[in-house]
Amino acid sequence: MVKKGTWVRIHRILLAPGERAENLPEDTRKVPFELWVKGFLTAEAEIGQNVEIITKTGRSEQGTLETVEPSYRHDFGAYVPELQEIDRIVLTTLDGGRR
Amino acid sequence: MKRDDSYAAVLARRNEIMKASVGIDYSRYETGVIGFDYERLMADTGYDLARIRAIQKQHGVGSTPLKELPNVTALVRRIAAPGKGARIFIKDEAWNDSGSFKARRASIACHRAKDLGFAGVIAATSGNYGAAVASQAAKYGLKCIVVQECYDGRGVGQPEIIEKARACEAYGAEVVQLSVGPELFYTFLSLLETTGYFNASLYTPFGVAGVETLGAELVEDCLAATGRLPDCVVVTNAGGGNLTGTARGMLKTAGAHVPVVAASVNLKGLHMASDRDFNRKSFTTGHTGFGMPFMTNPDRSDVPRSAARPLRYADRYVTVNQGEVFFVTEALTILEGIERGPAGNVSLAAAVALARDMDEDQVIVVQETEYTGAGKHHQAQLSFARSRGIEIRFGNPETEVPGQSIILPERVDLIRVVELDLDKIRLSLIKNQVKDHKRIERSDVAYLAAETNAPEAFVHRALADLGVAWEE
Repeated sequence: MVKKGTWVRIHRILLAPGERAENLPEDTRKVPFELWVKGFLTAEAEIGQNVEIITKTGRSEQGTLETVEPSYRHDFGAYVPELQEIDRIVLTTLDGGRR
Repeated sequence: MKRDDSYAAVLARRNEIMKASVGIDYSRYETGVIGFDYERLMADTGYDLARIRAIQKQHGVGSTPLKELPNVTALVRRIAAPGKGARIFIKDEAWNDSGSFKARRASIACHRAKDLGFAGVIAATSGNYGAAVASQAAKYGLKCIVVQECYDGRGVGQPEIIEKARACEAYGAEVVQLSVGPELFYTFLSLLETTGYFNASLYTPFGVAGVETLGAELVEDCLAATGRLPDCVVVTNAGGGNLTGTARGMLKTAGAHVPVVAASVNLKGLHMASDRDFNRKSFTTGHTGFGMPFMTNPDRSDVPRSAARPLRYADRYVTVNQGEVFFVTEALTILEGIERGPAGNVSLAAAVALARDMDEDQVIVVQETEYTGAGKHHQAQLSFARSRGIEIRFGNPETEVPGQSIILPERVDLIRVVELDLDKIRLSLIKNQVKDHKRIERSDVAYLAAETNAPEAFVHRALADLGVAWEE
């Protein structure tokens, strides 16, 4: 059970595939148009339930409770060996790699 | 009666929502059949260069350093003919609060919103502009909503956009994240209507006038550092506001024409509204997917008349490939000890190629950089591309196929720009502007000449070919 007042992220489908704009590429037309937004839960709920939240600007939004206390997990990615090769090319071109 | 918030109903209310949310009655500026008075629209902002400078100085924006890149210049001279290889400078815009030149645009938009008494601001952007608006809104005590196109249909987010959401939220903004599609505009309009907030569009006169200080500073900094005006200024081009504002600021300050080169990353073949293509590109802005349509049809933006009109000011338009920009981003890091985001280095990649053909005593200025970090960093982007099945290897960047490969130059001399034909772009703009008309007025011809930065004779020939009559 997620407590009232918890910082959460919700999800809602705004337009089903059949309701989407015209002139879309085929692949986009096949998927729904979706929204995610964060806010404070207004009442106790379970993940997967339809809930109401109050966002940072004080708006009320409704949708499926998806993530509790969402955080950022983006990073610098996996090791990319090409970057060291770029260094070698650049330094060799500049002064034969003496640096 | 309850308001109809369906897709069709909201879009039908587009004009009234826009008018209320930017505080500009664009119909006042319409002239002739197709034209409008661009200079009067810009003048009516009520903010001249000195006032904008003062506002920005008080809000953590502007006065960024112009830095010479002696090691990058030396690198270029190794591959240039004797006597060739211009001095390369960068305007290090990453030093603005929020980390990019977009703070210049946001500062004036937020100042205007505060002046007009709005409680908050909304911006539709997946890029640096969101962080910039959120940062400036924090200073003014304005509420802020940033609407992002962020995830594909599988819920996979582009790391750069996720980082931008983090930055916006750090500055106290609400971030509304959407899946891929032009229906973003519907959500954006709905939010403007329900909140009554100011539309901090990139394309209002405020958003573009805010960049004029960048052009002015660049001229002054270059004169102070080298004793001469830049021989060439390279601008990363997407929606065109960066180029327009910079060129206008230079015109107001230099007292002479400074050649402006627009540069975009080549994303030919990728569809900007495609769910599949969305995460197959490594640049979320500064690319041809925005650059070309906005240059040939500036009024496709989120306001009735865009203040960003790059074709009026660009002397050349060149493209570079994704692999070249990543290569040059790493070169800047290793040679100069300056770590910056790849999207802001599009113009640097172009400058490396352009400087090679310029004389040694000439000066080329790259007019922006942006911050880098988790998600945005070139390693994060290359790693993400590889995880999406994009082939990454060394070779000739000319062979890169956007969405399939990223070809890093195997030699420095393989970094080259591709020159786009500006006359073709001019013709395309004229075609777009007259498409619903059989006859236009005298003032419209002058308007099209200004829009395309071409003689009226060029416009006449184009109109004749299109079968459109004009008043003599």
